[in-house]
Amino acid sequence: MAPVQSARPRRDLRVRRFKRSSETIIESLLLLAALSAVAITAAIVGILVYESSAFFAHVPLWTFLTDTQWTPLFENPRYGIMPLLAGTLTTSFVALAFAIPMGTIAAVYLSEFAKPAVREAVKPVLELISGVPTVVFGYFALLFVTPMLQKIIPGLPGFNMLGPGLVIGIMIVPYIASLSEDAMRAVPMHFREASFAMGASRFQTAMRVVVPAALSGIVASYILAVSRAVGETMVVAIAAGQQPNLTFDPTEAAATITAFIVQVAMGDLPHGSIGYQSIFAAGLTLFLLTLIFNVLGYVIRKRYREAY
Amino acid sequence: MALQTEQIRVLIARHKLRDVCFDLLGMFVLMIALLVLAALFVQLAIDGFERLNYDFFSNFPSRRAARAGILSAWVGSILVMLVTAMAAVPVGVAAGLWLEEYAPRNWLAEVIEINVTNLAGVPSIIYGLLALGLLVYQMGLGQSVLTAGLTLAMMILPVVIVATREAIRAVPQTIREAAYGLGATRWQVTRDHVLPYSLAGVLTGVIIGLSRAIGETAPIITIGALTFIAFLPPAPITATAPFVNFDWLFSPFTVMPIQMFNWVSRPDAAFHVSAAAAGVVLVAMTLTMNSLAIWLRFRARKRIKW
Repeated sequence: MAPVQSARPRRDLRVRRFKRSSETIIESLLLLAALSAVAITAAIVGILVYESSAFFAHVPLWTFLTDTQWTPLFENPRYGIMPLLAGTLTTSFVALAFAIPMGTIAAVYLSEFAKPAVREAVKPVLELISGVPTVVFGYFALLFVTPMLQKIIPGLPGFNMLGPGLVIGIMIVPYIASLSEDAMRAVPMHFREASFAMGASRFQTAMRVVVPAALSGIVASYILAVSRAVGETMVVAIAAGQQPNLTFDPTEAAATITAFIVQVAMGDLPHGSIGYQSIFAAGLTLFLLTLIFNVLGYVIRKRYREAY
Repeated sequence: MALQTEQIRVLIARHKLRDVCFDLLGMFVLMIALLVLAALFVQLAIDGFERLNYDFFSNFPSRRAARAGILSAWVGSILVMLVTAMAAVPVGVAAGLWLEEYAPRNWLAEVIEINVTNLAGVPSIIYGLLALGLLVYQMGLGQSVLTAGLTLAMMILPVVIVATREAIRAVPQTIREAAYGLGATRWQVTRDHVLPYSLAGVLTGVIIGLSRAIGETAPIITIGALTFIAFLPPAPITATAPFVNFDWLFSPFTVMPIQMFNWVSRPDAAFHVSAAAAGVVLVAMTLTMNSLAIWLRFRARKRIKW
């Protein structure tokens, strides 16, 4: 190859400088796009705090946390978040009581027992299911599951928390199964080989070697599932009833935080009214609730991840 | 004290039995889960079957259940998706590129990364509240196609970013090194090598994100979208110059999931049939998009041999 001609250094330098500046422009554009994630988070926190602060100027925080009634749209409004929280926690509890055992068993089965062909076939199906719109699951909860439950539990009202809770459970089974299975797959093969060599059976290996080794990932999947169940909106808005009700009995109707926001948004509330502000206060509560679970899941995964 | 041969045999038999039991339990749980879901979808299809005809797609919603259709809903869904894709794809892919190819290992990259992870876990209805407070009232965009599209774009942004990053990470380092070795700049490497190789993966993420957006109801209800829309937004393409028309961005609208929610919530059982039919269309739409995404990923993994 010919050596670089020394007669044209300046032109080369100029080209280089031009290239560098275009590189810088592109890099800053890409950085700007990445920063949009920060901007969205900031906007969420900003809007929720801004609108809620107007709400909390009317309603003392203590009343908000301790009052047992939530009737912001009535003549004599009461602003206690407890009934909505109770509804949210009850439906989430029903969902998780169903989804955690089912999801875990499915994950252990897929990771340790199923033939590769079965796993390869089931994993995409799980993914497909998690893509089904939640409004469709709401339809199932109201028109299939609740009527079915009414045959088993006589006197169950048409709107109740049990049906939607179970349907949310069905919805998040694939989520738990898929994430937990990923965690178990990540356990290196030689752990299993060592266990088998000691004479352990498949079940013993799964329960005493693989599950403990993958525990951080499995627990993280539970926590993310909690956060999803808490934030689930359409299923409860359609099938759980929209009356705030301070109860932990899943056979009763009750509104959740999300259902209340939907109910208010469907109506025609004037901008700036206390009713309008109340959905932001409810939203802030929900955001903090899910934030706690998300951070917890993140920390567990980061801190307790076994490095192999 | 050593175990007798007979005792060991019993022990082995017991553990083998447990293996078989769990194998059966696992299969049973999976079968139950899949069968329940299959039964639900079949029932949905049976319920909605009688209304699934041409008129259902070409009629506006109506007070009479038998005449009610989803014309404004599916047109609205497509227009909203157009806005969502236009907003979320460039920003999401660019953010993913920065995080994988450009980000230095410092606090800024970490903050952005934590934010992306966190945004993925924020309930969709919170995005609706953000849009209601910020886009509808602070920016004055109103309850329009533009507002809905941007709301859903913010919601699927983490999905697109995460998918882009995963796709980029799968590109071997040797390809970058070869390009750098020939004197390519960072952007040239990214544009000419990293991006083309990861395109299938990026596309997969985009489709999964859009299929989530098309089925999402809560944020759109929260911004106050109307449920009874018996007209179409102005057409984006016109016969006269300048041939494009952006009025549709500011038009009121409805989308498929909202239309279905509206019909489900009515006490009249005749509308539940319409709801089931809308559900079938919605499920078909999202399943098609997701299958396409899974197939694309499968093909990309199979075809590229580094």
